[in-house]
Amino acid sequence: MILSCENLTLDFNLFRAIDNCSLSIVEGSITGLIGPNGAGKTTLFNLIAGALHPKSGRILYRGEDITALSPDRRFHKGLVRTFQIPHEFHLMSVLENLMVVAPAQPGESLFRNWLDFGAVKRAESETLHRAWSTLEFLELTHIAHERAGQISGGQKKLLELGRTMMTDAKLVLLDEPAAGVNRTLLRKLEEKIALLHRERNYTFILIEHDMEMIERLCDPVICMADGQVLIEGDFHSVRSDPRVLEAYLGETSGASA
Amino acid sequence: MDWLSFTIYPVYLMIFMCIYGCLAIGLNIQWGYAGLFNAGLAGFFAVGAYTSAILTTSEAAGRLGGFDLPFPFGLAGAMIVSGLIAWPVGKICLRFRSDYLAIVTIGVAEAIRLVAKTEDWLTNSARGITGVPRPLGDLPYAQAQLAYLAIVGLILIVVYLLIERQAHAPWGRMMRAIRDNERAAVAMGKNVPVRRLEAFMLGSALMGLAGGLYVHLARTITPDAIDPMLVTFLVWIMVILGGSGNNRGVLLGAVIVWIIWSASEIVTDQLPAEFALKAKYGRMFLIGLLLQIVLRFRPEGLLPEKLRRAPLSEGALSPTGHGARIQAPHKEI
Repeated sequence: MILSCENLTLDFNLFRAIDNCSLSIVEGSITGLIGPNGAGKTTLFNLIAGALHPKSGRILYRGEDITALSPDRRFHKGLVRTFQIPHEFHLMSVLENLMVVAPAQPGESLFRNWLDFGAVKRAESETLHRAWSTLEFLELTHIAHERAGQISGGQKKLLELGRTMMTDAKLVLLDEPAAGVNRTLLRKLEEKIALLHRERNYTFILIEHDMEMIERLCDPVICMADGQVLIEGDFHSVRSDPRVLEAYLGETSGASA
Repeated sequence: MDWLSFTIYPVYLMIFMCIYGCLAIGLNIQWGYAGLFNAGLAGFFAVGAYTSAILTTSEAAGRLGGFDLPFPFGLAGAMIVSGLIAWPVGKICLRFRSDYLAIVTIGVAEAIRLVAKTEDWLTNSARGITGVPRPLGDLPYAQAQLAYLAIVGLILIVVYLLIERQAHAPWGRMMRAIRDNERAAVAMGKNVPVRRLEAFMLGSALMGLAGGLYVHLARTITPDAIDPMLVTFLVWIMVILGGSGNNRGVLLGAVIVWIIWSASEIVTDQLPAEFALKAKYGRMFLIGLLLQIVLRFRPEGLLPEKLRRAPLSEGALSPTGHGARIQAPHKEI
């Protein structure tokens, strides 16, 4: 288990967004996270990434309790997320958007920039190399020097994925990487995810509404509804489960007390 | 009259331009790079001015010091104390969003002014500190001014070069990322509270340096000598007009705004006495109008923040250049 969530609960005022939710992620898997809108998928991501903190419950990452850690500390442990709505650094170039992600840059220290600039330059050259390789991998080199705020929505999604490649990630949370991406680009994105999984041994959790993509990529699949895990299993067993259909079609009254 | 006397006014203007340049670069670090809305420049300026005054004057009864230290120690002290004062202020205030931060920093500046005005033992209260020495200050007036311009100009160049290095290094890139999208910066492992505090302290230290440079020019300091209109808001206009996020831009802004401000003084001085007071507000109106015009027609400033194309490492990247020859670690499918 690379990640275990135990009895997580989170309230937004009176609304219980995450309700006693427990799940485990197997190292080396691509786990699909599906569920109707408002099921709490993105909120769960925010809890795992540390952007939100649960009211109760705990999160274990590689055997360590990270419930109280800030998001930046989790990042340095290899737990990296992307955003559903792209959060690019909009005034910076695409290349800079990637370079800034590299962890432990000596050039982020004021004193080393003044006193040890040689080391900074060497590290910067490595960072550049890595960022450029990432751009080549994503086939985005032609927009390397565009302002990130001005590229297309699909390209921003690729950039989100690219940022996870700038560090030695172990667990990557992908929040709807395919939303708003055209079909051709989508297949490319899928290939990139599969390739990262294969070659870099990334473990992925993938929130997605595109069921074909889930089917091709994910095993297992977890379906959430009303802030809880409804069912977990392989794609076909989850899809054919009547409870999942109910959750999507809203046949249950839904309101949990 | 010898030729030097003709230089007196321009030299005086240029000394102030350099001091304002220091303030503008300090504010540019906070606003241009880190997105921190500091409206309390006058406070940090005052701290720097008083610190350097206390450190370099000779001993006086009834107040702290003076310690009779040489000029460079005064300036170093000004920077250190201003930077240290920025620490608790930033620690408490940087959690606020930008508009609240502005309100709080105005309050801090006012608190600092009141401390200077009331704390006899520290600042000699309203009587202020006099007899602040100036390097090469014993020369005849025109020469002394010229010498001081050289010193201040040299300090500004050093400050500019040191800060430009940070701006082009990963530190500046990280700060711009935090400014552009805080949530993403946190998710990408940047310790935002600590980094903001760093930028706030660095910027405030430069404001303190400017205060120190000012006090050795004026040779005297009183709590009311530091006008927030002149120290805080004029600098903001310099930064916005020049182009926040670009150190050369804010220096250009300092030059332009200070020339306009000083030239308008020459004009209003010609007016009869009964209009002189009104004319003072007219000058403020002029500066406000200028800000409006800039925000309407060129909100990014005269020299806007540049998109950085060439990273630090040797050889600028271009599709046909250095970068394209780098072999990708992954094969295409």
